[in-house]
Amino acid sequence: MSRFKQSFGLIFSLLLVALIVIWPLYTQKATDRETAFVILRAIALAASLNILLGYTGYVSFGHIVFFGLGGYVGFYLISVQQQSLWVALLAGGAAAGLLAWLLGAAILPLRGAYFALATIGINEAVRAFINNFEPFGGPIGMNLNFQVYKDYGGPAQVFQMTFWIMAGLTAAAVILSYLVKTSKFGLGLLAIREDEDAAEVIGVVTPRAKTYAYVLSAIIPGMVGALFFFKNGFIEPANAFPLHSSIESIVMVMLGGQGTVLGPILGAGLYQGLRGLLLINPVFKNIQLAVSGIILLGIVLFIPKGLIGWLHDRYPKLRKVLP
Amino acid sequence: MKDLILQVQGVSKVFGGLQALKDVTFDLPAGQIMGLIGPNGAGKTTLFNVINGVYAPSAGRILFRGEDITHRRTYELAHMGMARTHQIVKPLNDLSVLENVMLGACYGQHNEALPNAEKTAREVLEFVGLAERADQLAKSLNVAQKKRLEMARALAARPSLLLLDEVLAGLNPSEIAGMVETVKAIREQGITIIMIEHVMHAIMNVSDRLIVLDYGQQIAEGTPEEIVNNPQVIEAYLGDPEIANRLMQEEN
Repeated sequence: MSRFKQSFGLIFSLLLVALIVIWPLYTQKATDRETAFVILRAIALAASLNILLGYTGYVSFGHIVFFGLGGYVGFYLISVQQQSLWVALLAGGAAAGLLAWLLGAAILPLRGAYFALATIGINEAVRAFINNFEPFGGPIGMNLNFQVYKDYGGPAQVFQMTFWIMAGLTAAAVILSYLVKTSKFGLGLLAIREDEDAAEVIGVVTPRAKTYAYVLSAIIPGMVGALFFFKNGFIEPANAFPLHSSIESIVMVMLGGQGTVLGPILGAGLYQGLRGLLLINPVFKNIQLAVSGIILLGIVLFIPKGLIGWLHDRYPKLRKVLP
Repeated sequence: MKDLILQVQGVSKVFGGLQALKDVTFDLPAGQIMGLIGPNGAGKTTLFNVINGVYAPSAGRILFRGEDITHRRTYELAHMGMARTHQIVKPLNDLSVLENVMLGACYGQHNEALPNAEKTAREVLEFVGLAERADQLAKSLNVAQKKRLEMARALAARPSLLLLDEVLAGLNPSEIAGMVETVKAIREQGITIIMIEHVMHAIMNVSDRLIVLDYGQQIAEGTPEEIVNNPQVIEAYLGDPEIANRLMQEEN
């Protein structure tokens, strides 16, 4: 019973992800598959960000930099070096993890607003660098020769395959966030979130723990980036490093409940659902980002711990069942 | 001769123009309770912070179990077996009482894995009398309970040396009596303790030896009897003993 109770949170979270995957298979519509792809991508990014934002308490406003960098590295390997998608995925994740590792030493000693500001700066700096980096196409970016898709059985198969890989990456992000949350390492991260000085006195090796958290939160976004731009067929600085996507990820994590495993899934699903409705509404379609700003304001004011956090406060027993 | 667990040798600490500690020197044999007293602002908590690696000393050397720890980070000292409580309690608010104490066990001297840490944490919570509150959030405890929580977290690390910073402050007399018993019981487990305290009858009762700090200087060291009769100590607390005596007589 206790073992079931312990892993119930993970099973429930994966079931939610599975529902999103099954939905387009059931309706058999390509548009539904694309919508599901977008939701899955949002969940993967939000669940990864949650390791840093929700568990460790460090707000990263520039987390999309890992998505963009992974995208660029993967795209370059596929289009210029004629490598396979699998190599690109691994390299995208590795590049993002490596960047986080290097950045960790430089900016993780910063706390609070200073760290948040530094992350924005890094996103902009990487974007500016790539804008001037000729091997990656500079400001124009790169295009994929669609002949590449033939190796994978043609565009239709590519869309099908990327959907399944996306589903796999999303599940991996959720499992990773669950494993971190229920581990000794994760408990140390939570201590850092609550009081970093106290955590150090207790014996948590804070510089190392923060770096690991940062790296873990970067790898899957890097892989998602490589996958997304392979499917997208082109990449340019503006669509690889959109700052507003970072902020949308933060909104999703906070809406669902930062620091919980289920929260980012719920938040990403709800936010993407709402965004979809707004985009087809003639009044809101141009100001849907303003709406996300208002949602964030509402969360901070009324349910600062998000939906799952609110449930935890109301029904303390849920804390164990839905971590 | 008993093993020395801690040797503080000529430690000074300067903050800007303020000499917070000046040439503090003492040896602490294993298994003792040492009281650290002195008026407010005397540098007691600063001394804890220097011993605990929160601040590096401006001069001097500190040895812990014979090893030089002068420039060690505070988490390294935790792994070596030093644990402390804070004067202003630092509970990890949004974690449960159990999780707070498990952290001590996980990252303390024995570096315990989670299942073991939970067992240790439950034992320690039983010992400090918080067992029924294990699943509550730390922020829901009252001050006396938070002090016990801090102590439990430190004890779960299975430390060799425990630094207690005013664990009695803000407690009522019956809570103080309970805490004093707890401190004595900790010593029974063979843990060496340094405690900062303002509640005089309590610290005189539990300490084997006392050190008195005043304006960052060590003005006296000795058994409780020696300390209460030391004119310099009386002066530090009450001012000039002659004047104090005269005032007492005038009052009568």
